[in-house]
Amino acid sequence: MADTNSIGMSEPLTDLEPRVGLVKLVRWESGLVIVLIACIICGALTFKYFFTPQTIFFSGLDIGEIAMMALPMTFIIITGEIDLSVASMLGLSASTLGYLFLHGWNIWPAMIVCLIVGALAGAFNGMLVTRFGLPSIAVTIGTLSLYRGIASIILGTNTAVGFPLSTLKLSLPIGKSEIAYDFAIFIVMSIAFGVVLHLTSFGRSLYAIGLQKETAYFSGIQVNRIKFRLYILSGVVCAFAGILYTYQEASANNSTGIGLELNVVAIALLGGVSIFGGRGTIIGVVLAACIMAVLTTWLTDIDVSGEVQSIIVGGLLLLSVLVPNAKDGFGRIRAVLRRRSAVSP
Amino acid sequence: MSQNLDEVAPTLSVGAAGPKTPLILKLVRFREFAILFALIVVFAATSIKNTSFASSSSIQGLLSGPAVIILIAVGETLVIITRNVDLTVGSVLGLSAYLVGDLYVHYPHTPVIVALLFGTVVGAVCGVVTGVIVAYARVPSLAVTLGLLYIIRGVVAVIVNAVQINATSLPTGFINVGANNFIGIPIMMWVAIVVVAVVGYAMRNFRAAREMYAIGSNPEAAVLAGIRVQRRIFGAFVTSGALAGLAGALWLAEFATVGSTAGTGYELDAVAAAVVGGVAIFGGSGTVLGAALGALFLNTINQALVAAGVSSFWDEAVAGLLLVLAIAFDRYLIVRSERILRVEGRERGRH
Repeated sequence: MADTNSIGMSEPLTDLEPRVGLVKLVRWESGLVIVLIACIICGALTFKYFFTPQTIFFSGLDIGEIAMMALPMTFIIITGEIDLSVASMLGLSASTLGYLFLHGWNIWPAMIVCLIVGALAGAFNGMLVTRFGLPSIAVTIGTLSLYRGIASIILGTNTAVGFPLSTLKLSLPIGKSEIAYDFAIFIVMSIAFGVVLHLTSFGRSLYAIGLQKETAYFSGIQVNRIKFRLYILSGVVCAFAGILYTYQEASANNSTGIGLELNVVAIALLGGVSIFGGRGTIIGVVLAACIMAVLTTWLTDIDVSGEVQSIIVGGLLLLSVLVPNAKDGFGRIRAVLRRRSAVSP
Repeated sequence: MSQNLDEVAPTLSVGAAGPKTPLILKLVRFREFAILFALIVVFAATSIKNTSFASSSSIQGLLSGPAVIILIAVGETLVIITRNVDLTVGSVLGLSAYLVGDLYVHYPHTPVIVALLFGTVVGAVCGVVTGVIVAYARVPSLAVTLGLLYIIRGVVAVIVNAVQINATSLPTGFINVGANNFIGIPIMMWVAIVVVAVVGYAMRNFRAAREMYAIGSNPEAAVLAGIRVQRRIFGAFVTSGALAGLAGALWLAEFATVGSTAGTGYELDAVAAAVVGGVAIFGGSGTVLGAALGALFLNTINQALVAAGVSSFWDEAVAGLLLVLAIAFDRYLIVRSERILRVEGRERGRH
């Protein structure tokens, strides 16, 4: 157990000094908390309706599905793979739901079919990656267009509307609170994902796979089986997000959720998940999702156009990979200087 | 894990001293033939079903359509060979297309060649930015170029500011580049052919290019061999940016209208074309010609489906399935050829 724990830690082996006091607080998530608080303060100062129920509701509503898909994505990236087909699986699920609904199905069995379709789509990804050993980044670009294509074949140019009122309730706030259903579901899901990732041996094994696949395999972790399951999980969660997305839009067509895969990856990376695998926390991803939600709401409220917002989101993403590396870079420079001063008397 | 084909090839020429080279090894060596063969099969099959598919006007369409994708796929190939990926190409294409249009709005008498060069320079500048961040700040290219994809697209939208540029602002000489032929082949395609020939020659013969393959095969070994890894990766990104910029100028010539969404999603098309054309996604192997044929193939498939009377809704699904099949096929070739080489090596060791 001690071994698997040290695998999860990101510190270089040379760092032998125990971490104490303030140093312990210097981590990626603390930075995210500061950014989040800064965004909230800026929002509150510049926009007087920032804390009204509507604002809070809509910021949760907009981010819910994307954030949901970021959770299994986090698992997959931690094992060193990626799944770029998430938005297409969302679209496939939405199209399936729309198709079945247009053909007179009851909404509940239709939803179950959607989840099964998502599981199958995820299983196909997983099979290609684990059984045939194909590179996930290339394969999921392929299934990205494959699943989107199937969605087009299923639904054609039709747009499914007129879903029953009982389901449309899901696009309203919960009871008298200001929280959107999908955001609440995201929070519940993230607690479950967090517990699995950080408190179970299954979760620890994901880090082991991401850091050193061979070592993980030889220490008895069934690498391929775990990856396969993660892809199925991703498919199911995306299908579920597709159902919620359909209710939220109150319609489904073949381009539902197109292009969202990059937003999902962006949230995971901003949350401190290393693209090389082996590093990342659920709390970081949740904070990143909240930052995205607050930031887009604030920027929209103060009339910053969507395009400028994409510059800011891109900049945040860029910073999120540059800053940790800058730390390493400074460390490298310091090590060189120390060596020099040790050589010269 | 990812045994690279270029290392396989020289071993082959030794092993192939005997009269029979296994077919599978030939396929590995000349991956382009496989895709060319598939291209001919698709073309022939569609022509039988619908004779007008083989008409000269239809062939013109087949050739002018993919020129833009070929250009960005060529640049993408260089980047992928160094074990990186460039997701900015679609946004760079959009930026270049709009700035070239803007150039014509302000200076209507700009010669065509200057406009194309201007587009290339715009792209190269973007490539320099990406290259500096990826190569010298040593951060993963997937994340960096994903961020830059958003940023450059945002910059495009800010510059465009909801003002489209239309054909009326563009001189006919420039639009002719996108519409006219030269010896029966669209001018756009000539540009693509020249680029593929030049870059393809360079990738075979230039030292810097061979070093890119070395980096992609094994980055650590490349460092130990004294290759200036950062400089080569930087070079790959600048080339990719420049070609995306050139593609942007041609895109404008072809469509004659440009707004803020030009080239959205092309980054994945470029990666798909390269991978279908046999470029290994983990670097170290693949050719520019293969990527170009991959782009041509994907485009021909789309046209063929239309000509064969299949609903256009099938386009995307078929393209995705082909991509998956191409990746699986490459993997199969590699596994088989590794096994054959291992057996051969063992036999040689016994003698």
